[in-house]
Amino acid sequence: MPDLLAARSQMAMSLAFHILFAVVGIGMPVLMVVAEQRYRRTGDAICLELAKRWAKGTAILFAVGAVSGTVLSFELGLLWPGFMEFAGPVIGMPFSLEGFAFFTEAIFLGIYLYGWDRISPRAHLWAGILVAVSGAASGIFVVIANAWMNAPTGFDLVDGRVANVDPIAGMLNPMAFPQALHMTLASYAATGFAVAGIHAFLLLFDRDNAFHRRALAIALLVGAPAAVLQPLSGDLSARAVAQTQPAKLAAMEAHFETGRRAPLVIGGWPNMETRETRWAVRIPGGLSFLAQHDINAEVPGLDRVPRADWPHVPIVHLAFEIMVALGTFLALVGLWAGVLALRRRDLCAEPWLLRAVAAAGPMGFVAIEAGWTVTEVGRQPWIVYGVLRTADAVTPMPGLIVPFIGFTLLYCFLGVIVVWLLYRQIIRSPRPTEWSRIYAPGGIPRAA
Amino acid sequence: MPPDSMLADVLAAALALSLNAYVLFGGADFGGGVWDLLASGPRRNQQRDVISHAIGPIWEANHVWLILAIVLTFSCFPPVFARVGTVLHIPLSLMLVGIVLRGSAFTFRTYDDEHDTVQRRWGRIFAGASLVTPVLLGMCIGAVASGRAGPVPEVGTFGDRFVWPWLTPFSVAVGILTLLLFAHLAAVFLTLETDEESLVEDFRRRALVSGVALFPVAMAALGLARMQAPLVGAGLLVAWWSLPLHLATGLAAVVALAALWWRRYHLARVAVALQVSLIIWGWAASQHPYLVPPDLTITGAAAPPTTLRLVLMALGGGIAVLLPSLFYLFRVFKSAPSHTAFGPKGDH
Repeated sequence: MPDLLAARSQMAMSLAFHILFAVVGIGMPVLMVVAEQRYRRTGDAICLELAKRWAKGTAILFAVGAVSGTVLSFELGLLWPGFMEFAGPVIGMPFSLEGFAFFTEAIFLGIYLYGWDRISPRAHLWAGILVAVSGAASGIFVVIANAWMNAPTGFDLVDGRVANVDPIAGMLNPMAFPQALHMTLASYAATGFAVAGIHAFLLLFDRDNAFHRRALAIALLVGAPAAVLQPLSGDLSARAVAQTQPAKLAAMEAHFETGRRAPLVIGGWPNMETRETRWAVRIPGGLSFLAQHDINAEVPGLDRVPRADWPHVPIVHLAFEIMVALGTFLALVGLWAGVLALRRRDLCAEPWLLRAVAAAGPMGFVAIEAGWTVTEVGRQPWIVYGVLRTADAVTPMPGLIVPFIGFTLLYCFLGVIVVWLLYRQIIRSPRPTEWSRIYAPGGIPRAA
Repeated sequence: MPPDSMLADVLAAALALSLNAYVLFGGADFGGGVWDLLASGPRRNQQRDVISHAIGPIWEANHVWLILAIVLTFSCFPPVFARVGTVLHIPLSLMLVGIVLRGSAFTFRTYDDEHDTVQRRWGRIFAGASLVTPVLLGMCIGAVASGRAGPVPEVGTFGDRFVWPWLTPFSVAVGILTLLLFAHLAAVFLTLETDEESLVEDFRRRALVSGVALFPVAMAALGLARMQAPLVGAGLLVAWWSLPLHLATGLAAVVALAALWWRRYHLARVAVALQVSLIIWGWAASQHPYLVPPDLTITGAAAPPTTLRLVLMALGGGIAVLLPSLFYLFRVFKSAPSHTAFGPKGDH
């Protein structure tokens, strides 16, 4: 394996692993705070049990997210010293802010997890809210740094180095808002639907289980609105990509030839040699509409990009299709559940809805991985779009396949353990003895 | 806001400060893992309980000081980050494995089955990683201090380019010194984490032993510095401030030991924190104005003043949020030793 490919694989694997935990670290605190708030308001013991279980889940996932995030911050220098030396002065700012947001999150998560009987109920709930807010903020800052790699602003290029640096302009790059919005909504949608999916699945066999019913309701309350709003933010992102990164948009849509009334290419397998996409469905003018909101607009194709600067079109196109398909499914299921809930219908009385939610469970996370593939593979061969090539940023260290394999094995091991612990600690319905504890008079700490 | 000419120095000081905080707080957490590994005697399991209750609520917050140091390095001194990431690729990668295993094993142990075998398995990984990680961190610091982390030569053997710069007797000595220092810190801090007289005595004994063991290792590191780390060695031995510095560090160490001897644990805590901080600042001062000798200086490696100014402002704003939060965290969990088991292993 060439060293550049090994470095890219290690980075891709580390990000793909970390992003799952980062997303849960943004979404899960919201679930746990909603559950605790319901318990404080209604005294419903099941909500307290849920808050505590979700807090445990957050603790496990946050710890793995924190250490894998540390690995990433080092890997920026271990694998891409050329990139950091070049870009550090411009994108250090969002990373610094992220550092503080993450710090706040870690502090208040410690208070939340270990402070159940050490601080007042109100302070405890506020600690949870601060975890949720700072978690979202830290995600947003990291995404802003990534957005800069896609649409670099805030500097001049003089002799291959950055000059006249303006980090604030760098943070306000044109991709920052669309990407941050898209990622934040994705975090809530994916986490909400993952939790809802698990409990919907279990409800199929145990329809009256009050534990799973409460969990489903709260998880959908967080996940469904985000999933329904996500297509709108996707539209915003697509237009921003069209303006800032025509090569990425062309690869996403397997759009080889520049032209007016460009078609939307659905499915199919693009061939980079023949510049054709076989077995695809085409909607005339669809891409022009998507990119410019005008079905007759001209959309530049890959023919405007030197062949050496093409990203890998089939991967980007396929990943984009997967993301859109799964996102659409989540939005429709969210809409369905929302309409039923507004009509005050019992969601658990609809077996097909439960099946759909259960099927949607893993989809949010798959969509996130696919979306990141679009963002990152779609930017290649650049690490900073149009400015610095990935091949020029990689470390001179040889034998990079060794750390790649090492970290992959380490993360596989952690992944298996985390799934096992989550099942045992959080997902499984309370055992009969635990139920008696939940309902035991005086057996649980009451809201003061 | 300091003038442009001083900005880089101010941020280098902030970098040293965050490293100092990491060593004090994060270091003590690693040291706690060491004592978990070395727990012995009839109160073995109680010792482990005290350690895990002491670390549980705070280790993640303490860990972020390292992230802060990293972020400050790549925002304000990008060439330093690039250089260190390249030359120290191997020890840093191994250290990361240690950081990952320490943190996740500790969390898994907290939330996994309470069966003894399961707990011991996670405990061993947690403790083993706590032992290895500080050594590697110390070796990286030693490699920087030795002045061997120059530009990676274009040609040469793999060893010359990526191994021998950091694998020297001096860096190994600094690695062992770091481990002992963390263990000593942890033992001193742990004397204040429990009310149980016999457990306090256990940690007092450990603090005394590790504190005494520090002296020969520190001397050995100093001696090797003379030979293998000329810049730092010269700074530590010849500069006008080196004698007062050594006296102050030695004094703090002796006060810490004396306070332990007479069971004045609060005083011991202050003295040991001072001792560790003086070592960090002594290292920083001895290689000033270099960040990575022999060639990367503070001003030479600094990012443009606009970046430095903004990062400094972010630091100010961040600290304004952070300090009250940290104060609250430590007040909630460190104001009095916990009498009962709390947290996830309690009754919830």
